[in-house]
Amino acid sequence: MSRPRTEAEYLARLVPASASALGRRSLLKGAFGAGAALLLPGALAACGSSSSAAGGASTAASGSSAAAAAAVSGTLKVGSNYSDDVPKKAMQAEADAFKAANSGVTVNLNTVDHNTFQENINNYLQGKPDDVFTWFAGYRMRFFASQGLAGDLSDVWSKLTGFSDAFKKASTGDDGKQYFVPIYNYPWAVFYRPSLWKEKGYTVPKTLDEFKKLGAQMKKDGLAPIAFADKDGWPAMGTFDILNMRINGYQFHVDLMAGKKTWNGPEVKKVFDVWTELLPLHQDAALGRTWQEAAQSLQQKKSGMYLLGSFVAQQVDNGKDLDFFAFPEIDPAIGADAIDAPIDGFMMSAKPSNEAAAKAFLSFLGGKEAGAIWGKTDPSNVLANTEADTSAYTDLQKKSAEIIGASKSIAQFLDRDTRPDFASTVMIPQLQAFIKDPKSVSGILDSIESQKKSIFVS
Amino acid sequence: MAETDIETPVAGRAEPPAGGHGGLPRSRRVRRVTGGDRVVVGLMMGVPTLLVVALVVFPAIATVVLSFARWNGIGGLGTIQWIGTENYTNVFTNYPPFAPAMEHNLLWLAILFFLATPFGMFLAVLLDKEIKGSRFYQTAVYLPVVLSLALVGFIWQLFYSRDQGLINGLLGTTVDWYGDSKVNIWAVLVASSWRHVGYIMLLYLAGLKGIDPSLREAAAVDGASQTRTFFQIVFPVLRPINIIVLVITVIEALRAFDLVWVVNKGRNGLELISALVTQNVVGEASRIGFGSALATIMLVISLVFVSTYVVTVMREEER
Repeated sequence: MSRPRTEAEYLARLVPASASALGRRSLLKGAFGAGAALLLPGALAACGSSSSAAGGASTAASGSSAAAAAAVSGTLKVGSNYSDDVPKKAMQAEADAFKAANSGVTVNLNTVDHNTFQENINNYLQGKPDDVFTWFAGYRMRFFASQGLAGDLSDVWSKLTGFSDAFKKASTGDDGKQYFVPIYNYPWAVFYRPSLWKEKGYTVPKTLDEFKKLGAQMKKDGLAPIAFADKDGWPAMGTFDILNMRINGYQFHVDLMAGKKTWNGPEVKKVFDVWTELLPLHQDAALGRTWQEAAQSLQQKKSGMYLLGSFVAQQVDNGKDLDFFAFPEIDPAIGADAIDAPIDGFMMSAKPSNEAAAKAFLSFLGGKEAGAIWGKTDPSNVLANTEADTSAYTDLQKKSAEIIGASKSIAQFLDRDTRPDFASTVMIPQLQAFIKDPKSVSGILDSIESQKKSIFVS
Repeated sequence: MAETDIETPVAGRAEPPAGGHGGLPRSRRVRRVTGGDRVVVGLMMGVPTLLVVALVVFPAIATVVLSFARWNGIGGLGTIQWIGTENYTNVFTNYPPFAPAMEHNLLWLAILFFLATPFGMFLAVLLDKEIKGSRFYQTAVYLPVVLSLALVGFIWQLFYSRDQGLINGLLGTTVDWYGDSKVNIWAVLVASSWRHVGYIMLLYLAGLKGIDPSLREAAAVDGASQTRTFFQIVFPVLRPINIIVLVITVIEALRAFDLVWVVNKGRNGLELISALVTQNVVGEASRIGFGSALATIMLVISLVFVSTYVVTVMREEER
């Protein structure tokens, strides 16, 4: 599931909901499509736009990183899902900088539409994938690593500096080797507009009770306390994740996502009980609303707060007059030091045509110069490398970095931490069913558990 | 083999339709078919056959076969696990969206068949009367057909949006047309029918224009009313068009997909079999076997209609 990170991406989505649907439709026309869809491996490779890194790139990073110093040559193919203006520019800047530091290498940047890239990833990796490609940390990364579709990056990691253990852990596959180089991440937290809160005299809640009281007060003041939208199915996963980690802790989240814990046990039941209590404080009719519309209600000061990723800033005055706090503590024994902060980054395909250049490029991307380049071009995220230059950070970025740094455990988000087939075909419909009818929760949980058993077998 | 294959079509054309079967002169004519003709006919038969087998028959069979497997689409065919009918058991007993999807597909068919199609035919009959400005009405009703269903979904979004939509704005209501699972299927059906009506109207109008006016004149001379003329003369004469209209209605109902996909990817009250297949097979989910089981169920439903149609048409020809 992708989250728009720029205004351009958001705007692009308003209409092309239809355009992307057309892509799927042509893939799957009629009833016989399921089989036909299997016959299209490598189709993705053909539909990207290719652009070479310009030779005359702006001055390269002054001290080219140590790993890149080893002379590499030839052509390096990079598959990128950064199809929107801002990240696309950032990606191009990275390619240019790498090229400037390694004059023998030609970088072919193959940019594919963000959603298309994700939908075709299986076929893409089994066809003729590029040497280096963009991807996400979490189960989604470990899955391809264990299927033998990703290249081992342990030797790249042995030279990387500036990453916390949490990032290294997030880059490690089931076999203990690293398969992923992070570039940035972004926190999920409760966002609000300080000017509104100052006017009404609200203060940041520290416990669930204070949170509820604040919500009740907002309701009295004629606001929708918590903006909420789940038309696309994934935003409610963020609410579930944070409640689950506050009530049952990070390790339970990990085990639950791995299919090791039951969904109809007392732990998950309690999460939904708390959620049921909080639902009246949420904006109603959430299933017909997109997150952008919900963010608009925050922007217009019609709702008081919004639990979402920091990309919400794109919708609210570009992040001006916007602040956030970590979701309050629910159980003092568990605390409030776990957070969803999905990591984006890069992987190497299993059989790269130019392995030396691919590894050099990945070392470069993991270095502080690459971090600084990304941060300069795309200021909506928190850089993964702690050594990267952060002097240009906005206040929101600074605070995002703080909250991530202060969190002991970092989760990737439900749909990145568990099997994609489970997340999309079971969790989305069932969470929507819960929002529609919170009273039917025990039936819903039984159904999730029984569907989980049918999926978590292979 | 080729000779017998060619015999029928060539002979059929050479012989007047009223002509009897058998007889020496015809077989003599067959021998006059040159090698070039054979190549042409072979190509004309072979290429489409090959295309149909490769693009329709093979994927359909592959779908049925894969519906008995568990496979994530990664790795060679050796990684496929055969699990018997487990996918079907799961579809029927362990997949909550399936039952509503079946209901919605049937509802879709019923609405198109009982409301949209008759209404389109009714409009065609009205427009056939050469009323003033009939060209304009014809264009207006047909216009939605030119638009893709995806675009239709977007247009109706402007009407249906809860906070900014035209309908709620005019009526002062706050109905969540696309989000409330009790009403969204109806909202989508209105949008779908809007398009379907124009399609049927045009087809039927073409049929009506082709009717020999003397039939109507004869009925009028005999003193039949307009209604009676339509039901007892025009409607039976239009039998071939009626069958086409019926088939198109069924096809439209079964392949309904774009509209719900545009609205909310076929979830939350807008489940359709086609959308469920897509959710499971396309994208990262890759439940190839499970999705194939859903597709096979849809294939079986389609076959019921297809075979009914084929049998009807063949009986017609035998008569």
